[in-house]
Amino acid sequence: MSELTLFLVRIAYLAILWIFVLSAISVIRSDMFGARVPAPAGPGKQPKPPKKAPTPRRGQPTQVSVVQGVNTGITADLANAPVLIGRGNDAAIRLDDDYVSTRHARIVSSGGQWYVEDLGSTNGTYIGSQRLTQPVPVGLGSQIRIGKTIVELRK
Amino acid sequence: MATNSALMGFVHRRRRGAELFLLILALLVGIGAYAAVGLGVEGEVPTNLIGYGGWLTLLVVAAHLAVRKVAPYADPVLLPVVAALNGLGLAIIHRLDLAKETGLASQQLTWMTLGVALFIGTLIVLPDHRLLARFTYTSGLAAIALLILPMLPVLGTEINGARIWISVGPFSFQPGEIAKMLLVITFAGYLVVHRDALALAGRRVLFLDLPRGRDLGPILMMWVVSLGILVLQRDLGSSLLFFGLFLVMLYVATERPGWLVVGGLLFFGGAAAAYRLFGHVQNRVDIWLDPFADPDGTGYQLVQALYGFAWGGLVGRGLGEGMPERVPYAESDFILAAIGEELGLTAVMAVLLLYGLVVERALRAALISRDGFGKLVATGLAAVFALQIFVVIGGVTRLIPLTGLTTPFLSYGGSSLVANWVIIAILIRISDQARRPLPDLNEAHDDPDDQATQIVKVIPG
Repeated sequence: MSELTLFLVRIAYLAILWIFVLSAISVIRSDMFGARVPAPAGPGKQPKPPKKAPTPRRGQPTQVSVVQGVNTGITADLANAPVLIGRGNDAAIRLDDDYVSTRHARIVSSGGQWYVEDLGSTNGTYIGSQRLTQPVPVGLGSQIRIGKTIVELRK
Repeated sequence: MATNSALMGFVHRRRRGAELFLLILALLVGIGAYAAVGLGVEGEVPTNLIGYGGWLTLLVVAAHLAVRKVAPYADPVLLPVVAALNGLGLAIIHRLDLAKETGLASQQLTWMTLGVALFIGTLIVLPDHRLLARFTYTSGLAAIALLILPMLPVLGTEINGARIWISVGPFSFQPGEIAKMLLVITFAGYLVVHRDALALAGRRVLFLDLPRGRDLGPILMMWVVSLGILVLQRDLGSSLLFFGLFLVMLYVATERPGWLVVGGLLFFGGAAAAYRLFGHVQNRVDIWLDPFADPDGTGYQLVQALYGFAWGGLVGRGLGEGMPERVPYAESDFILAAIGEELGLTAVMAVLLLYGLVVERALRAALISRDGFGKLVATGLAAVFALQIFVVIGGVTRLIPLTGLTTPFLSYGGSSLVANWVIIAILIRISDQARRPLPDLNEAHDDPDDQATQIVKVIPG
């Protein structure tokens, strides 16, 4: 095997290696820009424009209010979600309840559904007799018990 | 967790054709290296090239078909890149075999077969990566059990001063390689549930928001236990890996940069303590600072590796033309030195870029993943991969003190190879879930109140 052949083999192999690297990069590049927009399905069947988002749909809660406890009557607008409930100053619903933690729970929206989520409070957040361990969907009128206070979603 | 892909208005294509094209090139890289080794060492194309190439092709095609079948939207780059790295590693091990008259390459090929089989198995058994979230605590326990295994009297064996192996019959296995994957799942499963509590609740000490003990406690305990075991086993590389992994995942989950500051301080504190306490750490640092102090004794390995890199230069000596067998453990920890000597800086840079691509694709899967668990697992696996490569390649090139870790996919080592194939399977699964177009929900339930009441046929049970 002559020196020259071996040199050519070496260069050819390095070329293959780099061709592979560059092709992989070019696949990534086309993956970034080449993803196509889903084609509009003909003139007759235009996808429905999204519903007017600002006007809340029927049956959707718009605010959360305290219905029982020391702070009865406090409300917060769900438009400012996530709504933080607790004893701390930064809470959207600030409760003067000794059994409530500084950051007790919060109400968040995901996919059009409202969820209440316990933030690791000392005394827990309850729906009925059930202590929350994970975000739980809540609807209109579900009573969420936080310390000695009851909060619910309203229109 | 906003649906990025939906907002940007495009869907990902499947790209299986592109994957096939890249796989063919990857096979060319693997088989070409094997042929070049034969040409360089023996002056002829190896006689078993057809058999070897056929087996490699079979493995790669099987993996590709499995991806096509069960993960059609998966990332098209991950599989070819690891196939190319694995093929290159096999050829280099074969080249060292020829020099040292050992038979490690055929063993490595067996391990690769097992790895690909587990890769396919993982993809089939795991239709959705979120299933792994169920095993948060189970996998944590399993990881700790695996880490303890080598310390048991009968099973565990001590090789090269580190008690990190178990041997069953003729096989020896390094359980730590599996444990790192299980720990990623544990951390991700725990953090995704508790990250709000970790990030929000707690008190501020100086500039850092410390989370409450009961939020951080369980995961901190898990981490301290695994780290403690590794320190007892004197497995420096893995302890570094787990430490970095924990820190990265905590930072990514809570979005608090303070963790990096605390982690950095802890790292330097721990490193200083380890330097004082352990003789072998001092040794490693001394070798790193001045490998030429004792070039024929303690510094021999590193000095030979550096000579290899230097002699290789820009384009290398050519496969079969160098003397990579002079470096002890050239087939495992120091495989990059063999590549640097025979294929030069050009190939070393290509290898580094390929590793970079794997990490980039993993982070990309994390970015576009729609669920927090998937994001955290992909980030964690990317972090494990990146840290491992940094630690081992940094050690070999004398950027940092040497700590023993395998170079993923290149090095000889069954446990590492098999574990890394499973890691890639999980990443492919996450990217498949992330790139899959969203099912069209807009039409289905627009507003339940708007829909007219329908008479539905009741199927009698």
